[in-house]
Amino acid sequence: MLPVYVPILILAVFAVGFAAFTIVVSHLLGRPRPTEAKAAVYECGMPAIGTARERFPIKFYLVCMIFILLDVDAAFLYPWALIYPQLGWFGFVEMLVFMTLLGGGFTYAWKVGALDW
Amino acid sequence: MSPLIQELIEKALVVGIVTHGLLIVFSFCTLIERRVLAFMQFRLGPNRTGPQGILQPFADGIKLFFKEEFIPAGANKPLFVLAPAVAVATAFMSTAIVTYGGALTVPAFGFLPEWLQGRVIELQIADLEVGILYLFALSSLGVYGIVMAGWASNNKYALLGGLRSSAQMFSYELALGLSWVPVILVTSSFRLPDIVAGQAGWFWNWNCFVVFPAFLVYVVAGTAEANRTPFDLPEAETELVAGFHTEYSSMKFALLQMAEYVNMITISALGVNMFLGGWNTGLPFLPPTAAYGLVGFFTFAAKVAGFLFFFFWLRGTLPRFRYDQLMHFGWKVLVPVAAVFILVTAGVLAALA
Repeated sequence: MLPVYVPILILAVFAVGFAAFTIVVSHLLGRPRPTEAKAAVYECGMPAIGTARERFPIKFYLVCMIFILLDVDAAFLYPWALIYPQLGWFGFVEMLVFMTLLGGGFTYAWKVGALDW
Repeated sequence: MSPLIQELIEKALVVGIVTHGLLIVFSFCTLIERRVLAFMQFRLGPNRTGPQGILQPFADGIKLFFKEEFIPAGANKPLFVLAPAVAVATAFMSTAIVTYGGALTVPAFGFLPEWLQGRVIELQIADLEVGILYLFALSSLGVYGIVMAGWASNNKYALLGGLRSSAQMFSYELALGLSWVPVILVTSSFRLPDIVAGQAGWFWNWNCFVVFPAFLVYVVAGTAEANRTPFDLPEAETELVAGFHTEYSSMKFALLQMAEYVNMITISALGVNMFLGGWNTGLPFLPPTAAYGLVGFFTFAAKVAGFLFFFFWLRGTLPRFRYDQLMHFGWKVLVPVAAVFILVTAGVLAALA
């Protein structure tokens, strides 16, 4: 019996190989011939001002933090859902407590405006 | 030949067929999308290359291979090259657990080696016990390709596109993950074949009717996850030129497009498996499709085609969201709805037990 992850390994080799093959072949076929204008940043024909390595709004960071917190909690829901028939009302009440705590944090983030754009 | 080698060859064949099948479906998706959109806008669309334009994807592919492979001067070269590869590799990897139909018996053709004749092949790359968790993990990885592409380009439009895209995919991924929980509650399994088998019988057993709100959340979040209209903010051409792939050309551009389309196909296939009965026809007086591999496969393929057509239809119908509306809708509507519906499903199941 083949280990069940071997096909995923084959797929990974195939996917990475395909991407590498495509990039290398197109690099060989379509040789770059850079000129100064071509190598410039595309800004709809205007000369670019500054670089793109700038500061950007902290909102993106906040959204990422909230996502990580809630995503880990969502991952907790999966095993719970898997054995739910054996848990019955006990499992329901446990999850209700968990979701209430989680909802409290979510409501806090909502109220302080972390979710406003 | 030892059984282990036989199994290895079988799996390699399945992987090869699935990946090539995906490439073909991807190429024709681009053509059919253009034709469908043209039809909806009273145009013709590409119809000159071959009958009805069916050679257009191949012409596009050949053209893109010979286009100049360009890296802008200010770009971070390693990341710029790596980004499309990461995007397309993760997109292909997430197709591993999708089931494409029941089991298929290989017909006893004379030219096939003896051990392959009459062999029963599962139409799935890897039948993982943790199937859905694997997908949950890989769908998070898909963000990397886009963020890397956006940052490495050293272009403000691309950076904004990449950032927007990451925030959007994070927001909707949560709703997407939560919309799967009611399905797991109903079937008590992470394996997609179990989930499909749980929807056998009449079509009202399908999960889209059993857990209808979760299905709605899945469709909306899936559309956003695939960066399709009305959620295609990362490449909003009126504001951001082309978003994260502004600076890309040649096959690297094609790989980014391919990743997007493969993601769309995966989301359609997964939605069909989890909510629309997979390879079940939904009419129990028809022959059981699990026994007739090809019938099951074509039932599945027809449903996926319907799902994909729905995506094209959306693009032809709906205008794009504004970014604040998008974030508002994802966090303040979809996530609470999905979470509350999990509790409702659990409560109903406990009351019925």
